Amino acid sequence: MSRQRTRVGPLATTGEVAPSLDVDALLDNPATEIIVCCGSGGVGKTTTSAALALRAAERGRKVVVLTIDPARRLAQSMGIESLDNTPRPVRDIADSPGSLDAMMLDMKRTFDEVVENQATPEKARQILENPFYIALSSSFAGTQEYMAMEKLGQLHRDAKKSGAYDLIVVDTPPSRSALDFLDAPERLSSFLDGKFIRLLLAPARGPARIMTAGFGLITSALTKILGATVLQDLQMFVAAFDTLFGGFRQRAQKTFELLQADGTAFLVIAAPEPDALREATYFVDRLRGEQMPLAGLVVNRASMKPESELSADEAMAAVERLTRRDGGTDLTSGLLRLHADRVRIVEREAGLRARFAAANPSVATAVVPALATDVHDLDGLRRIGSLLADTAD
Amino acid sequence: MSTTDWPKVQLHVVTGKGGTGKSTVAAALALALASRGKTVLLCEVEGRQGISQMFDVPPLPYEERRIASGLPGSSDGSSADHSSAGSVYALHIDAESALLEYLAMYYKLGRAGKALDRFGVIDFATTVAPGVRDVLLTGKVFEAAKDGRKRGTSSRGGQQYDAIVLDAPPTGRIAQFLNVNGELAGLAKAGPIKKQADTVMTLFRSPRTAVHLVTVLEEMPVQETADGVAELREARLPVGGVVVNLVRPRDLSADQLEAARAGTLDRDRVEGDLRAVGVPVDDVLVEGLLSEARSHAERRALEESQRTLIGDIGVPTYELPRLPSGVDMGGLYDLAATLREQGMA
Repeated sequence: MSRQRTRVGPLATTGEVAPSLDVDALLDNPATEIIVCCGSGGVGKTTTSAALALRAAERGRKVVVLTIDPARRLAQSMGIESLDNTPRPVRDIADSPGSLDAMMLDMKRTFDEVVENQATPEKARQILENPFYIALSSSFAGTQEYMAMEKLGQLHRDAKKSGAYDLIVVDTPPSRSALDFLDAPERLSSFLDGKFIRLLLAPARGPARIMTAGFGLITSALTKILGATVLQDLQMFVAAFDTLFGGFRQRAQKTFELLQADGTAFLVIAAPEPDALREATYFVDRLRGEQMPLAGLVVNRASMKPESELSADEAMAAVERLTRRDGGTDLTSGLLRLHADRVRIVEREAGLRARFAAANPSVATAVVPALATDVHDLDGLRRIGSLLADTAD
Repeated sequence: MSTTDWPKVQLHVVTGKGGTGKSTVAAALALALASRGKTVLLCEVEGRQGISQMFDVPPLPYEERRIASGLPGSSDGSSADHSSAGSVYALHIDAESALLEYLAMYYKLGRAGKALDRFGVIDFATTVAPGVRDVLLTGKVFEAAKDGRKRGTSSRGGQQYDAIVLDAPPTGRIAQFLNVNGELAGLAKAGPIKKQADTVMTLFRSPRTAVHLVTVLEEMPVQETADGVAELREARLPVGGVVVNLVRPRDLSADQLEAARAGTLDRDRVEGDLRAVGVPVDDVLVEGLLSEARSHAERRALEESQRTLIGDIGVPTYELPRLPSGVDMGGLYDLAATLREQGMA
């Protein structure tokens, strides 16, 4: 590749403006069956999911929203403070042919249900009581991601069968990395296929056929590190789980395909901060790479542009002149400083967004201004919904 | 001679809800601690390469590297010359490297270690086996904090540190992350792993450790901070301070804020001042300034109520300003100086 090659693609310096995301068109389109909200932690995914779901319901869709870890008061306002892993109707939504159910994911319960549905009662009991299963189902860092996808698959199958819902909105877990949940099905299935599992299963399957040198080494190393009891527990767990493996893999694969289907729309949620937008860029790349349908980007908590054109530098210059003049009045200086601060933040955010737009030119974007208060009731969600659709006054 | 609030603490664990800037605070704290010739290690465990981004250095490997000079000057501000600055080293800890290092160090597993890798055991242990990941990450921090470290670990020369700052997982997971014993309960009731976990816990529960929580003055992060403190206390882990980050500027007095909320700020006076210094005055400008003041005042009132709640937690608190143009290296040193002025380092 020669150095002279002219640069193709967007320039980061052109002050790129992203096309705007038509939220209502997305919500109203009957072909939209699933909306997945993803993004890094602390950017307002849960609130955005709930607001989208409420808006869709009040525009006539039959919606269920799956949230992962809502703030207590928001959960209460939606009537889902009890974690029972079943969708519950949200009361007090506006008169419309639509409806809204909400549920909070109970990761352990979802896992238990999968085991119970797949295994004989005897086998299920064995698994549910195994210490490795208990730890895996309640604290393994990827379980939440996987179970969110499992629950989505279940809801979708049920909805198809019963017609109870025509739109599922999913919030994704606050992962260490926003990409984790995409990897969850893949990771689980490659683990289940792994050599290690087969190795652990070997003794349980009868006389050790693969008593190779490698195997001996491994067992003795593991015994040395883990202690014999732990290894035994682990072997029992894997042996008991063995029969379920096929089913798990199949479901993981199905869910992955469901995410790629045309009826699915991914929304990447971010805040106007370098970290959150960087994560959003990874996410956009990744979704494209996996052929997942990306609908757009939502930038939450944006600072609003002041109405006057006075620049930050002009404001600060005026402050300086005021200080030199007397220093008697600090009110005007204070106001000018606040203004300069605001202008700088708005400029910085605009710069960050322009850079994102330059790197991801075709990603439709909705910008939601920061609200003065946290959202914890349906009215607040409605307000966010209309800001998302850009119909607020 | 020291004026820091945490003279006995060697391991500073920094946690916070997503979006509150815990990594920034951890970095600023490391710079602040690295004064008077002290050597500080800043560790990250979440695989995000945030340190390399903040300090503008290439992505960090699993190896301790010097990334910056500390903040010059001592806490009493007497000498601000550069000779007093210490060093900040950084380490990006990933579970796989930590496991291989651990196996090599304690078990001398050469060939078997490779066999484990070949059979996918390393992969299994670090990504799937419950709790093991956290044990490895915390175990590595423990190793770095130890006296008389072995050479050839992630530090070639067995570097010793006066302080270690851990950019830890978020508040919602912190008690679980540090409470490695609890995570392993039921899995390893005896054996070497259990023993290792016990030793690590001894450090974490000792006065040599402090867990600091970063928050912003908003309802959810403050609620999560209070919950996090309660969880840490329940797990008998030592709670350090609360760092309130991204604090809005305080350019208006309490009276002015009240007047701004009530809409009774002296408009004529503002107009007069602006004219006097040659700013072209129109309604858009003046009304804009007054309405900006009003929304600022409303936000400040909410912040004040959250500040009261933070006070109720009953631990030392520190406040860092929101830097309007974002955090760069210069900004990190400013924040470090602010932390030191307030006695955090």
